[in-house]
Amino acid sequence: MTEPLANRLGSYPSRAAPPYGQGSSANLADILERVLDKGIVIAGDIQINLLDIELLTIKLRLLVASVDKAKEMGIDWWEHDPALSSRARGDRSLAEENRRLRAEIDALRQGDALPTGEEAPRITGGRRRGSARDE
Amino acid sequence: MSDLLTYAYAVVRAVEGLQEAAAPLRGVADAPVGLVTEAGDDQLGLVVSHVQAQDFREDALKQHLEDLEWLEAVARAHHGVIEALAERTTVLPLRLATVYLDDQRARVVLEAGRTVFAERLARLSGQVEWGVKIYAEPSEVPAAPAVPAADLPPGRAYLRNRRQQQSVRDTVYQAAQQAAERVETAGRKHASDRVRHRVQQGFVAEAAGSAARAGENVVNDAYLVPLNRCDDFLADVTHAADGLDGVRVEATGPWAPYSFATPPGESGGTAEGALP
Repeated sequence: MTEPLANRLGSYPSRAAPPYGQGSSANLADILERVLDKGIVIAGDIQINLLDIELLTIKLRLLVASVDKAKEMGIDWWEHDPALSSRARGDRSLAEENRRLRAEIDALRQGDALPTGEEAPRITGGRRRGSARDE
Repeated sequence: MSDLLTYAYAVVRAVEGLQEAAAPLRGVADAPVGLVTEAGDDQLGLVVSHVQAQDFREDALKQHLEDLEWLEAVARAHHGVIEALAERTTVLPLRLATVYLDDQRARVVLEAGRTVFAERLARLSGQVEWGVKIYAEPSEVPAAPAVPAADLPPGRAYLRNRRQQQSVRDTVYQAAQQAAERVETAGRKHASDRVRHRVQQGFVAEAAGSAARAGENVVNDAYLVPLNRCDDFLADVTHAADGLDGVRVEATGPWAPYSFATPPGESGGTAEGALP
């Protein structure tokens, strides 16, 4: 099944002078939408977590119309926003961060950089969002 | 272990001259593009290039995918290779960052999937994808004749203004609906398949006030159109907003058939809009 190559090229309506498309300078949003979300998925040797990809595309959905423009204007908050970062997701990572912070505070306290007593629990408590723990 | 991995772009029908067409292409990280072909005689090929393992190992890849600049570079390279080859033959685009340990592993996968690939390529042969987006732009509607508000108390004038704006919005969304129906009709006439994409929203730009011109994206579809019907399809689509104030229809393409690469009904595909 060989393609009639000459016919194919000849009948491309917009290869020669694309009146509608953007050619190779296609909108980044349109490209990302296709290369991340469409295209056939076959198993690779390198397994990337699809959940992370999902998250990425959700993130991109939020900006997708305007990535070019936003970057031009130097807006890149999504790269630093923990709410949009995969690393800040899930109870486990929250718990992990909590543990890390506690360890840090302990270390600081031992090096007496922080006053012991009433100040410290408040810091820890403030980190534990959602768990009302009154002293 | 080699420090290079095999990055796969697409499955293609290995037509004559394809090797030559691929030779001058540069893919991800500017690497030369080649063809991994089947051992058998079915003439399927996997378009590949080699990438640094340090950038495409699992952990590195995860990190990189969160980096918009890296992602953009890879996405554009990925798309560039697919687009160039789509001019020569039917292309089955793969999802971004499909990576194998070496060419031999890639060949195994190609051979294992050959039935599906061959079926899909046959289905897509001689067709291209067109994107069609419809935007509603209430702010583009000519202003209603000025109302002498001087004789109204400020509160009433405000409310009347709001009502007018609301009715302009309603009219524009009805008009957009009408444009969408016209596009669907064009699709039914000329296209062989349709996939709905999620609408594009960019509140970053809106917050910055730069999206006023773009309007709100209310329809974002992809149509699979036979090459000999493209002119007719586009003619109909580009006239879909004729006579409709505040509605803009935008066609992009031709694209390689990204949105139709996954067989309908399989996970990952969203071919919910198959046309009668």
